[in-house]
Amino acid sequence: MTDAPLLELRDLRVSYRKRAGLGLRTTSFDAVKGATLTIRPGETLGLVGESGSGKSSIANTVLGLIAPAAGTMRFRGTDLAALKARYPSGLRKDIQAVFQDPFSSLNPAMTVEDIVTEPLRVHTNMTRAERRARAVDLLAMVSLSEEHLNRHPHQFSGGQRQRIAIASALALEPKLVVLDEPVSALDVSTQNQIINLLYDRRDALGIAYLLIAHDLALVHHISDRIAVMYLGHIVEEGPADRVYTAPAHPYTRALLDAVPDLDPAQQRARRARRRQLAPQGTQRHAETGCPYSNRCAQVMPRCRSDAPPAYAVPGGGTAHCFLLDPGANGAGHASDRKEPALP
Amino acid sequence: MLRLIVQRVLALVPLLFLVSVLTFSFTSLLPGDPADLIVGQQGTPEQYALVRHRLGLDQPLVERYAHWVEHAARGDLGTSFFNSVKVSDAVMQRLPVTASLTAVAALIAIAVGLAAGIAAALRPGSAVDRIATLGATFGQAIPNFWFGLLLAAIFAVGLRWFPATGFTPISTSVGGWLASVALPAIALGFASSAAIARQVRSAMVGVLQQDYIRAARAQGLSSRRVIFRHALKNALVPVVAVLSFQITVLLGGALIVEQVFAINGLGTLAITAVRQQDIPMIQGIVLVMVAIVVVVQLATDLLYGFLNPKARPS
Repeated sequence: MTDAPLLELRDLRVSYRKRAGLGLRTTSFDAVKGATLTIRPGETLGLVGESGSGKSSIANTVLGLIAPAAGTMRFRGTDLAALKARYPSGLRKDIQAVFQDPFSSLNPAMTVEDIVTEPLRVHTNMTRAERRARAVDLLAMVSLSEEHLNRHPHQFSGGQRQRIAIASALALEPKLVVLDEPVSALDVSTQNQIINLLYDRRDALGIAYLLIAHDLALVHHISDRIAVMYLGHIVEEGPADRVYTAPAHPYTRALLDAVPDLDPAQQRARRARRRQLAPQGTQRHAETGCPYSNRCAQVMPRCRSDAPPAYAVPGGGTAHCFLLDPGANGAGHASDRKEPALP
Repeated sequence: MLRLIVQRVLALVPLLFLVSVLTFSFTSLLPGDPADLIVGQQGTPEQYALVRHRLGLDQPLVERYAHWVEHAARGDLGTSFFNSVKVSDAVMQRLPVTASLTAVAALIAIAVGLAAGIAAALRPGSAVDRIATLGATFGQAIPNFWFGLLLAAIFAVGLRWFPATGFTPISTSVGGWLASVALPAIALGFASSAAIARQVRSAMVGVLQQDYIRAARAQGLSSRRVIFRHALKNALVPVVAVLSFQITVLLGGALIVEQVFAINGLGTLAITAVRQQDIPMIQGIVLVMVAIVVVVQLATDLLYGFLNPKARPS
C-alpha cells in the first residue's frame, strides 16, 4: 500500500444551512466536523456509523453534490474542495455512485438503455451504436441481457434494478465508486448476489469503493479498511480485521455489540455490555471534549474537557480516545501535553 | 403505444353517443317553447301549430333524436330556428375565433406555468418561490372577466397598445390577429397558468428529492440536463392531468372573455342561441365543444402514456 492515495480527505467539514423563523435568518449545522480519510487505488474503505453520523454527507461531498464548508478533498492530486464550479469532466467521470434504494434511484421514465448509457452520453463522444454495444456488454457483466435494453425500471425486481444501477455506475470505468448502503434495501438472498458482483468488478477493474453501510458484518466482509463515524467525527479507523476483531474505541465496541450473535451466551454478554453503556436521558452530543463522552461507559474527567487526538492502535489504524494515550495509561487525568486541538 | 392509441380512440365512440343523447335531451327539457318566441304574442293557434310542425317539434322526442343523429353523422347539424342559417356554417365561422383565443391562452398558460413552477421548485422558500406562489394565488383568485377589463383599461384604453375590442382573422393579418388576441388570451390564460404553476412546482419539488435525481447529479450531469431531461419528464405526469382540465376550463372561460372584448366567437353565438331557445344551434355548439374537449382528453391520455411508461398497456 505504497501507492499515492486516490482520494484524500483532510479535516473535511460539511455544514447545512437551515432557515429559521421567517426564513430571513439562517442557522447552520455541521454534519461532518473535520473528517480525515484516505482511499488508495483499488481499495475498499467501509464507512460505518449510526444514522445522522454524517456518512452520507461525506458521500454527497465526495460526489460533488454538496460543497464542503472547510478542509481539502484531493482526488488524484486535485483538490476538489477548492473547485468553485462543477468537477472537470475528466475527474468527474472517475467518481460514480450506487445508491441505497434501487426503486427510487432509477428514473422511471427512462429505458434501461438510456439509464446505462446516460454517463457515456454526457462524458464521451461515443455514437449511439457504440453506446448501445457498450450497454449490452455492461448488462452482460451484471447478468442481464440485450433483451432488457428497451424495458423500463418498473419491469424489474429490486436485485435486477440494483444491477442496472451498478452497470450504469461502471459504464465509464470509474476509479472510485461511492456505494451508499448498496444492499440494505434488498432482501437477504439478493444481497449476496450484489455483494459478489461488486467484489468481482473490483477485482476485475481495480475500482476503489467508498462503502457506506451500517451493517458492520457486511462492511467487514467486503472492506480492506473501516472508518467509524460518530456524530460528524471519525472516531476510529484501521484495517478491517483489526477494527472488527479488536475495536479500540468504546463506540466501535458498542456498534459491534449491537450486532446480534447466534450464540446465546455471546448474545447475553453483548446485551449486558450494551446495557451499561449509554446513560439514559443525556444529550447525545457532548458540547466540549470527546463527542462520545456523554454515552461512554469508560468516560474519564479529561474526556469532558479535551477533544482526544488520533492515537495509533496496535495492529494498525488510529482511534480518537484517551484510553489509548500511552502517557496517561487510562489514569483519567489530563496530561500536560498540549493536545492538537481538533475543531 | 399504438395499442394505447387504438384503445383510447375506440373508447370515444360510446362517449360521443352518450354526449349526443344528453345534449339532445337537456335542450329539449328546457322550459318554454321556441315556437312561442317565433310566433309571438299576436299569433293564432293555427300559426303556432304550423310553426311547431315546420320545426318538427310536434314529433316524439325519440324520433327527433334519431332524425338529428342521422343528419349529424353526415355533418348536417340542422338549421337555425330563427334565420335559416345552417348550424354547421355558423359554428364553423365562429370556431376559428374561439379556437385561436383558447389556443393562445393555453400556450401562455403552459409557458408561464412551466417557467414559474420550475423556477419556484428549484429553490423552495426563496424569493422567486414566494413571488411565484403569491402570483399564483392572485391568478386563481381573480375572475378572468375582471382581469380582462383591467387589461383592456390599461393596455387598450390607456396605453393604446392593443385594440380594445374585435377580432382580426389570422388570414387577414398575422400581426393584427396577434394584437387582437393578446389581451383576451392573457386574461383567459392567467388563472390557468397559476393552476399549472402550482402543480408544476409541487410535482417538481417532489421529483427533485428523488434518488434518481441525486444519482443523475452524481454521474456528473449538468443541472440543465438533470432538470429538463431527468426531472421534468417525471414531474409532467401529474401536470398533464391538470393541463387537460385547464384546457376545458379555458374553452368555457373563452365564452365569457369574448363578451368582455366584444369578440364574435362561439360564446356570443351560444348566448344568443340560448336566449332565443334556438335548439339546433345550441345542440350544434355543445356537440362541437364536446368534440374538442374529447380530442384534448385523448391527446392528454396519449401524452400521459408517453410520459409514464407504467400507464402503457404491455
